[in-house]
Amino acid sequence: MTNTEIERQWTSRLRRGVVAKLPPDKLLPDTQPAYVASWIYVFGVTTMAALAIVIATGCVLALGGPQWWHTTWLGHFVNSLHLWSVEIFFFAMVIHLWGKFSMAAWRGGRSLTWVTGAVTFLVSILTAFTGYVSQTNFDSQWIATQAKDGINSTGGGAFFNVLNLGQMLMWHIVLLPIGAVLLTVLHVVMVRIKGVVPPISESAEVTS
Amino acid sequence: MRKKAFRPDVDAPEWRGRYAPYDIIKEGTIALVVVAILTVALAVVFSSPDEKAITIKTWSNADPIDFAQTAVSELNGTSGVAGYGAPYNHGGPAQGWGFLSPAKWVGVHIDIHTANDFVLDPLKAQPAQPALTAALARWTSASSTTQSAWANAYGNADAKMTFTNQRVNVPTTSAGPVPVLINDLTMMARSGALDQALVTQNGFYTTNYTKPLLFLSDGSYLANLADKQHLGGDQWGMMNETGSWPGQAWLWLYTFWYQVPPYNTSASGDFLVWGTMMILTAILIFVPFIPGLRSIPRRLKIYRVIWREHYAEHES
Repeated sequence: MTNTEIERQWTSRLRRGVVAKLPPDKLLPDTQPAYVASWIYVFGVTTMAALAIVIATGCVLALGGPQWWHTTWLGHFVNSLHLWSVEIFFFAMVIHLWGKFSMAAWRGGRSLTWVTGAVTFLVSILTAFTGYVSQTNFDSQWIATQAKDGINSTGGGAFFNVLNLGQMLMWHIVLLPIGAVLLTVLHVVMVRIKGVVPPISESAEVTS
Repeated sequence: MRKKAFRPDVDAPEWRGRYAPYDIIKEGTIALVVVAILTVALAVVFSSPDEKAITIKTWSNADPIDFAQTAVSELNGTSGVAGYGAPYNHGGPAQGWGFLSPAKWVGVHIDIHTANDFVLDPLKAQPAQPALTAALARWTSASSTTQSAWANAYGNADAKMTFTNQRVNVPTTSAGPVPVLINDLTMMARSGALDQALVTQNGFYTTNYTKPLLFLSDGSYLANLADKQHLGGDQWGMMNETGSWPGQAWLWLYTFWYQVPPYNTSASGDFLVWGTMMILTAILIFVPFIPGLRSIPRRLKIYRVIWREHYAEHES
């Protein structure tokens, strides 16, 4: 195989494209612009750390099945870890979101970074909601019977039946986490490609 | 090369200033450890709620009259589910606004016939009992007009219903087989057999609790318990949790609309809330592309607090 043939391989092209867009020093930087100096920047990484713990505790809950946590102290404790990591996740995520809004973090070609972050927030809400209706306790009974009216009014209830435990559990532990994780990865990759948005400026010029 | 005017809400200047050391792996590790410690501490100190699920057995034993009155409403088609409309049946108008009625457009996909699914089919699954068998046969062979007359006669008198000597009693003599049907369904519910019958209508294995949850939601028992736990729709219930634990606080805006008119007075309140939230959500997602809204951060000037060191250095 000649060098030209190798360069034309899909694999070679993909590698060159990825490295050009996201070279290692951008993916894992060892410096940041001096303006990246505020506590507000902590909440993005805090959100991801909480997400990791949410997933880890959810995986432990999955080992014992959907009702394990009702019957053992260990299961209940893992459920408590799951609940509180979710609370921390949303707390950090909301502060991150409003922090980025205050910075107008979509500037400089970062609109899609904002969009993926906002969509991740929505997918996370849906993931948490399907978790609440999968608890197999009084809370899940009440939330499901109330939430059905809103979803049914949109026509979505015909396909997304919140009273169907099996369907909600599958969405909660398979489909939505996959979506949330993929969106998070996409969001972080976009942040790394474009870099952290510079401070708002009134007078600079750009060229095209 | 054409030069464009700088748009401060859209463009960002290229950074040509100083860079500072930054260890992204160390930051991530510290964040993970801190969040893990905080999570464990919160779990140890506050635990998590787990209010046991109620069953139709617990409902019918705790409040047999509420159960029996609900069963009558399922039989004569006056219950909330019987008159719900799409996606369960054609019993009522779907929610909507003007010509917008997506639930109606989608139609019935989870077919629920309350008289059959909640009352008659479970009773037919009971072991042969002469009085019940005769009552079911009488009901089945009657015309729909006669069935309605019986059920309505019973329903009109059920305000005077009593539960004594393990029997449901209603002062009426013109309800045909309905007293037997309702009494036997109540006994079936109190034994726990109705819980099983409602979830096993699709076979041995099941993970679908649509029918028992809809039946429960038609009674007052579930709602009364929820109100005591401050979970009612008019109590900001969607974002609350049983006990004093934090719930889905991130749903505060969604819950807010249910507290104010016209959302909490309209027959299509759910549709209006969801419509409003969909519009607001679209605005949130697409705010970078909406002139005026994308200028809010620059006008609020919170960014000057976030980047105060940068501005202090560059404006001095």
